Amino acid sequence: MVEGSSRKKAAVISSIGILLILFTLIAIGIGSVTVNPIVTLQTLLGYGDDTSSVILWDIRIPRVLLALIVGANLAISGVLMQAVVQNPLADPGVTGVSSGAAVAALFIMLVIPQGSGYIPFAAIVGGIVAAAMVYVMAWQRSTGFQPVRIVLSGVAVNAIFGGIIGLLSLLYSDRLPAAIQWMNGSLAGKQMNDVLLIVPYSVIGWVIALLSIRQMNILRLGEQTAHNLGLNMNRLRMLLSLLSVCLAAISVSMVGLVGFVGLVVPHISRMLIGSDYRFSLPLSILLGAAILLIADMIGRSLFGAIQIPAGIVMAMIGGPYFLYLMRKGGA
Amino acid sequence: MLELKEISINYSDRNIISNVSLQIEKGEIVSIIGPNGTGKSTILKAISKRIPIASGAIMFNDIALADISVKDMSKLMCTVSQSNTSPHDMTVGELVGYGRLPFKKWYERMSKDDESIIEWALEQTHMLKYRNRLVSRLSGGETQRAWIAMALAQQPQLLLLDEPTTYLDIAHQLEVLELVRRMNEELGITIVMVLHDLNHAVQYSDKLCVINGGVVQAYGPPAQVMTRQLIREVYGVDADIDYVEEKPRIHILKKVM
Repeated sequence: MVEGSSRKKAAVISSIGILLILFTLIAIGIGSVTVNPIVTLQTLLGYGDDTSSVILWDIRIPRVLLALIVGANLAISGVLMQAVVQNPLADPGVTGVSSGAAVAALFIMLVIPQGSGYIPFAAIVGGIVAAAMVYVMAWQRSTGFQPVRIVLSGVAVNAIFGGIIGLLSLLYSDRLPAAIQWMNGSLAGKQMNDVLLIVPYSVIGWVIALLSIRQMNILRLGEQTAHNLGLNMNRLRMLLSLLSVCLAAISVSMVGLVGFVGLVVPHISRMLIGSDYRFSLPLSILLGAAILLIADMIGRSLFGAIQIPAGIVMAMIGGPYFLYLMRKGGA
Repeated sequence: MLELKEISINYSDRNIISNVSLQIEKGEIVSIIGPNGTGKSTILKAISKRIPIASGAIMFNDIALADISVKDMSKLMCTVSQSNTSPHDMTVGELVGYGRLPFKKWYERMSKDDESIIEWALEQTHMLKYRNRLVSRLSGGETQRAWIAMALAQQPQLLLLDEPTTYLDIAHQLEVLELVRRMNEELGITIVMVLHDLNHAVQYSDKLCVINGGVVQAYGPPAQVMTRQLIREVYGVDADIDYVEEKPRIHILKKVM
């Protein structure tokens, strides 16, 4: 453990943290009525005028908070999944966990709309089903999780759930318009209630993830060494996978399909700061929050009146980045 | 110290090891040898509880392994194999530091004692000067020494080595084996290792255990075990054996048709 480099890493994390705060202030101000960051800050501290207070507290702040929380959730979900399978290509989107969660959520939205209170729970179940399918298909006793098999099983799982989503959309096309925004991963029209709904689950997830840092670090040394050091591998894998699925599924149930955050963020984080989770997990949380915030900011300001869901922006940025990763042979 | 009582091991439906019994005393170096695919590494995995045994029992200091938790086992024994994975940006010092984790509660940080044990482990393996180097930048022999240093930091009573010399050149093979012998003599660590090279096994072991077809073909001091007939039966090759300081030296001649 080189002291100087630890301090440098802490400095990187703090600077990204400060940048994130600045971005947040700017993001809150952007929209049909532009509010400059200083007024935003005044309003946040309770010194704003009435108009800006209403706009900010009712519309902008919930949306921005949701972007931050969901971005962080998806990033952690990716970090956890990659730690479990020891492979940089795993993420809730690629493995089909998000689609599994989306199918379950969409089913309730379209088929039994009166049960909408159960959407988060259903999404978790859907995510677990998808994760189980991928693990069963990608796991080989002799070689563990091979990158190719994870991606291939992900393709299959995504295709299956994609088919079901298509089927549901056709059968219940009359009810579909309400779900369209959600399916594309949109943060539009969210309120403080939505934020408050997702906060407790997310914070619990973050705390458990942060408490698992030491175990995740040991996983980097391979299965045998982890066993040597007294880790109960099966239990740890189950716990981290479940946590990963829950964080992704809860996010999906709230804002729909937003891909690539869990894939791109851990990779950038590793490039900036290395593979030690003591640093890369906190950085991934900040970067995940930042990237979805920016994606949403681009989406709602690029074409003026037409708002592009953050999920579409992420797909258009994340897709090419994923190809670049594949080309480079993973991180 | 370690006793295998008629253990059998199956992989799915296939029987790999049947009724293997072994008695290993404290302070011994025991090498397991035998042809490929006969279950040598499988025995090591069973001793470290990575795979379950179908029948029989393994006793460690007269306590059944089945009654020892994985966590407690990590304070008693450690396995180092032919190739070990580490992240590309991990230093030797960090790697060896992980060897202290079995003794730490999840919230505890490294103490002064831990630091001095890490230092000691690095010194024993002559890795002190590489402390801040990246493990991924080391040569094969140095890497193996770094992993053995990590094992030493666990202060194990028993060290299991699964073909520790396989990917090394001759000089580094001997270097690793000399290190193993020194740890055994000076630190009293009992060693069970799987080796391929018969002369290495003879040279560096107190006892040889020859596994063939999942059963123990012979077990005892090298001079007793290593005979022309055994080599012919087990490996299907002809060999000459001469004796240097009462230790057999094996010259492989040709494959028996």
